[in-house]
Amino acid sequence: MATTTPTKSKRAATENAATPLSNEELLRLYKQMVEIRLFEEKCEELYQKGKIGGFMHLYIGQEATGVGTIAARRPDDNIITGYRDHGAALACGMSARVAMAEMMGRVDGCSKGKGGSMHLADINLKFWGGHAIVGAQIALGTGLAWAEQYKKTGAVTLAYFGDGASNIGYFHESLNLAKVWNLPIVYICENNKYGMWTPVEKVSATTSMAHKAVSYDIPSDIADGMDLLDVYAKTQKAIEHCRNGNGPYFLEIVTYRYRGHSMGDQRAYRTAEEIKKWQADDPIGKFEDVLLKAGIDPTAIDAVDDEVKAMIEDAVAFADASPFPALDEIYTDITIE
Amino acid sequence: MTTLTIAKTIATALAEEMERDRNIVVLGEEVAAFGGTYGATQGLLDRFGPDRVKDTPISEGIIAGAAVGAAMNGLRPVAEIMGINFAFLAMDMIVNHAAKVHSMFGGQFRCPMVLRTTSGGGRQLGSTHSQTVEHLYAHFPGLKVVSPSNARDMKGLLKAAIRTDDPVMFVEQATMYSEKGDVPDDVDFLLPIGKSEVKREGRHCTVVAYSKMVGVSLKAAAELAKDGIECTVIDLRTLRPLDMDPIVDSFKQTNHCVTVEESWAMYGVGAEVAARLYETCLDYVDAPIKRVATKDVPLAYSGPLERYALPSVDDVVKAVRETVN
Repeated sequence: MATTTPTKSKRAATENAATPLSNEELLRLYKQMVEIRLFEEKCEELYQKGKIGGFMHLYIGQEATGVGTIAARRPDDNIITGYRDHGAALACGMSARVAMAEMMGRVDGCSKGKGGSMHLADINLKFWGGHAIVGAQIALGTGLAWAEQYKKTGAVTLAYFGDGASNIGYFHESLNLAKVWNLPIVYICENNKYGMWTPVEKVSATTSMAHKAVSYDIPSDIADGMDLLDVYAKTQKAIEHCRNGNGPYFLEIVTYRYRGHSMGDQRAYRTAEEIKKWQADDPIGKFEDVLLKAGIDPTAIDAVDDEVKAMIEDAVAFADASPFPALDEIYTDITIE
Repeated sequence: MTTLTIAKTIATALAEEMERDRNIVVLGEEVAAFGGTYGATQGLLDRFGPDRVKDTPISEGIIAGAAVGAAMNGLRPVAEIMGINFAFLAMDMIVNHAAKVHSMFGGQFRCPMVLRTTSGGGRQLGSTHSQTVEHLYAHFPGLKVVSPSNARDMKGLLKAAIRTDDPVMFVEQATMYSEKGDVPDDVDFLLPIGKSEVKREGRHCTVVAYSKMVGVSLKAAAELAKDGIECTVIDLRTLRPLDMDPIVDSFKQTNHCVTVEESWAMYGVGAEVAARLYETCLDYVDAPIKRVATKDVPLAYSGPLERYALPSVDDVVKAVRETVN
């Protein structure tokens, strides 16, 4: 695919790569990853033009995590995440139009322009946000899971957070309660190696996130966040564990963000070599190889790339045409009664 | 009508509501097996079982967090946090999430939860266990803050708090649980959130109070009446929304006002009430509005020191006399 970020895996395709997914499904997941990548690149451009404001955190490099985990969920399983939420929103099925309108503070955004980049959500997709206080989503997700347990729905909650959030009280209080109450929740730590600009080893007593689950007696696994199929398989296993009434599960997904913590992050806290090393293992490039190995025609892949490009342009046009909310809107939805 | 303690009133109101709606669940430290630190959840575990009445770890952040998340997802949790001093550990969840999940996501989510907690000094617990800080929560749009002064209001307002779809901080004064009052038996006895009540009428001074300070103010009013000074005493009952109507009506008659609160005066409820009166009734002001509050110090353990710092009947009497004269 054509993008400002290199995606091609350097590894040669090999034969006989069996996947649990149909070719149609493989192509759909590939499309979602490309959609996230191009959506993010477009957001970067619009932010620089001043069309998007506030704090914005891009998901570039982490696409296989959002897409691979959410592909494994049942439609009634809950998704809740932190401020780096564009990827999860799109993977849950939010249209790029609605997401882009929210980015630009427009009335057709998912939160009517009141939430912005860090607060995307769609209750109909069981996508509960987008929460920008680090770690709060871990606690809220625990509450979502409690409600499902109480209602006996069988739905599992997937609560996402970064390695940085594993040092906050909510993380520890949540894991403890989830174990004590046997809640159906998968805690998904997207370990992208940095909390803002600080590397994990400088601020975390252990660099293994999964290790932190051990003290709460919660079973865990580690997935390669650059490998969608690995993420998918391990998430399936985690969800099944919870669905069967075995209580919480912890999944560490080792990944990398190509861009900074947020926009305007020019700080020199990592080397160009490090970034290049991870980009050589790009999740989209790697998954393209999977598609080719599975016998999918390269022209079908190109067609998806073109389709997504058009989709993103359409989303921008839609968002641009959407009005800002009326000023009186500030007084709505504060309380219900 | 039945005469009940405040603790029993709360337990009764909770039981009646839980009987009515299966989505109501109770959680908190010691609320299940031991029926609550103050006995306000007594009997609920036996009647409704462990799925609906849940003891939690001593983890205020996740008590509030689980309540908010569950409320967003269809339950109507009533969380108990043992003291408002400990609710500081849950403050992020209350002010950044409970208060905002409805508005910040364009109205998609609801947060029908009640967070019950206790407030107030007077028990020789030292400075970190004796604070009255519900007004801090009243600062935040999106929350409702209720703090009743008597058993009847506890029932009517707790039931209203449970039934509203908005998040409510429900603040009980910790020394009042054994106080008795006549409580209506009606299982649908509700009082409106956001309505002040005139407890006594008089033509010389308007005294505005809430929670335990209503009783203190009424005693002061009885004292003052002996000298021919007649006070109107108004119970705010709710700090947010704040119902100024009866206060304004009364102030236009009395032209004098004293506010009484157990928290510190600085940036407090009295300051808000006074500011609103100055904004809307300046032509009716005959003397500066006075605020009676806890002295501006952390509360000490020693009994005499603590009593000296807290607002008393005498303080209210003195303030009214100074204002009226």
